[in-house]
Amino acid sequence: MGTGCPTVRGVPGTVQSLERAAAILQVVAGSGGTLGVTDIAAAVGLPKTTAHSLLRTLLGIRFVEQDRAGRYALGPGLLKLGAGHLDVNELRSRASNWADALASRSGQAVRLATLDGDRVVVVHHVFRPDDSAQELDVGAVLPADRTALGRVLVAFAPHRTVGGAGPVRADVAAVRARGWAVVDGGWEAGVAGLAAPVRGSTGLVVAALGISGPVETVLEGQRGPRPRLVAMVTESAQAISRELGWQG
Amino acid sequence: MVTERFVLAVDQGTTSTRSIVFDRGGRLVSVRQREHRQFFPRPGWVEHDPMEIWANTQRTAAQALRDAASSAGEVVALGIANQRETTVVWERATGRPITRAIVWQDTRTEELVARLSARPDAGIVRERSGMDIAGYFAGPRLRWVLDHVPRARERAERGELLFGTMETWLVWNLTGGPDGGVHVTDVTNASRTSLMDCRTCAWDPELLDFFGIPVAMLPGIRPSVGELGTATALGSPIPITGALGDQQAALFGQACFAPGEAKCTYGTGSFLLQNTGTELVHTRSGSISTVAYQLAGEPVHYALEGSVAVAGALVQWLRDGLGLIGTAPEIETLARSVADNGGCYVVPAFSGLLAPHWRGEARGLVAGLTSYVTKGHLARAVLEATGWQTRDVVLAMAADSGLALPALRVDGGMTTNNLLMQFVADVLDTPVVRPMVGETVSLGAAYAAGLAVGLWADVEALRRNWHRSAQWSPVPARAAQLDAEYPTWEKAVRLSIAWGAD
Repeated sequence: MGTGCPTVRGVPGTVQSLERAAAILQVVAGSGGTLGVTDIAAAVGLPKTTAHSLLRTLLGIRFVEQDRAGRYALGPGLLKLGAGHLDVNELRSRASNWADALASRSGQAVRLATLDGDRVVVVHHVFRPDDSAQELDVGAVLPADRTALGRVLVAFAPHRTVGGAGPVRADVAAVRARGWAVVDGGWEAGVAGLAAPVRGSTGLVVAALGISGPVETVLEGQRGPRPRLVAMVTESAQAISRELGWQG
Repeated sequence: MVTERFVLAVDQGTTSTRSIVFDRGGRLVSVRQREHRQFFPRPGWVEHDPMEIWANTQRTAAQALRDAASSAGEVVALGIANQRETTVVWERATGRPITRAIVWQDTRTEELVARLSARPDAGIVRERSGMDIAGYFAGPRLRWVLDHVPRARERAERGELLFGTMETWLVWNLTGGPDGGVHVTDVTNASRTSLMDCRTCAWDPELLDFFGIPVAMLPGIRPSVGELGTATALGSPIPITGALGDQQAALFGQACFAPGEAKCTYGTGSFLLQNTGTELVHTRSGSISTVAYQLAGEPVHYALEGSVAVAGALVQWLRDGLGLIGTAPEIETLARSVADNGGCYVVPAFSGLLAPHWRGEARGLVAGLTSYVTKGHLARAVLEATGWQTRDVVLAMAADSGLALPALRVDGGMTTNNLLMQFVADVLDTPVVRPMVGETVSLGAAYAAGLAVGLWADVEALRRNWHRSAQWSPVPARAAQLDAEYPTWEKAVRLSIAWGAD
């Protein structure tokens, strides 16, 4: 193992199983959901049976989750803990000024969404600043696979129970790698969405921030979203993350 | 090279001083903010250090200008919005205040006001200034300083002392202070002193006589939009071309330029102002008439005002006093845990009721408690109290002005609370709209200053800058239900007044 690997070293006077569990969580967090019990046991330098019983305990308290192939990822229990159980109304209040500024600069409607269980729920909505008739859709549930907001939340979810359809899964790696998602007309014909992750104080993704507007405004033909808009959305999402205490 | 033209706004508020640079689209270019100390030397007394506020103004303005310098734009005007009715008295020769500023929340003039109100000629105050005598306004505070600071009255009469509200203090310092500083106020701030004739917009000799104020210490009254002086204290000279009291600035920033248009700022308290045009409205129902703004060379525009002391402060009480929520926005989560108020009403008359009741003796109460009521119902009742109080004020204004309210434009921290905003829309049976730029006070000061130098051609150009970021429309069935429920709220208000009566 390279430097900084969380191999367990006993420190006198401490609880060994807690140290081991913490080491496992670090490995799972770093793996992005790609490791099974054998790899995890090897990474922390424990017998497979010991690692297995620790992982079973972590599964029970939902600090980790397991997919069908037996690979582990961080679980929703940890997300709640990490976000200090971030209240959605608190989130809206903290994000409001940044969301207004994003709508104002991009000229597009802005939405902030979170995961409520498996559902993608709009928690804040700023109108497109053209004074046309628009309705607030705070509380609306969006299709996870057909909106940029949903794709970001799925891609960065610490557990893999959302969405689940094939094309979404293929998009996950790409979204995680570039830090934003784009959907062309998936939900509403002629409308494209562009979204980026908002992180809580621990770095876990707690929400997605996105704009939506006419395809020809948001996209640059076949070349994807306009770089200017990508920069605005990712910078605004980062600003909200900093507002929530993320230091990254 | 074409550079953009910017405006610097200084919002000298109760807790902090903010300097914000805006572009021509009304968007923020840079923001700097600095808080100042609050002094509470005795119960009911609230003071600020004018020198600290002047230092914070210079510092934040210089920083905001520096931040904006990277944006290839030129700052062509400076506008000021200020906490209203806060009173400063200083030495003309040195620029030193003779005492700390007496803040608008300060109640030390209560006794003085009672004495003045009892005088047989007290009627001229309402007749000339448009408002009853009240400790809320600056005039009685100035009188208190003259009565209590040694030699203040004789020095004021000799012209050695100057009086001003915060914008006057800042303009004087920005334009040179003891070295040729311009001593001026704007007509909205002057209207909050009880010393100005609200029709002629000049200091009224009989009011000065009534309050015992030497004219030599008073600033010149100027329009809100127009040349006030040139700021020389911030590096390169910037013309100061706008000044407004903060609530009037919010009305201006919300582009409420036509009679009937109104805004409500939901902060610690709530402040509703409705433009009534160029005619002064005589009030009988509990709202007050005030100057809204004046463009140089144009007639004065007036407004009706309804101030409510406790709005967001009630949510803070739920958080800090009762510990039912961890942060203020969490009240919406708690309130949504139930479907209605469960028959519970909260009247937040913590230190009496302001508009439209004006009953200082009223005290807060929670009415309608049964064993069915949970903390969720209490949270709903707390939010609804702000909505009911808005209805009280809107009804009083409608009775006084006869103007319909087409929509209510809102700003302030509580506007991110969707439950409250929908309740306000339903209880008023009127659409509630929130603008894209929440910084309406600073924006109003920037608009005033930019308008004067031609950055915007006219108020119509400002109107085009205003964009909706959200709208809450009344639901007819819910509006009817709340209409039927209103007498229950009124009963709770009567009980809170009766409770404090003896």
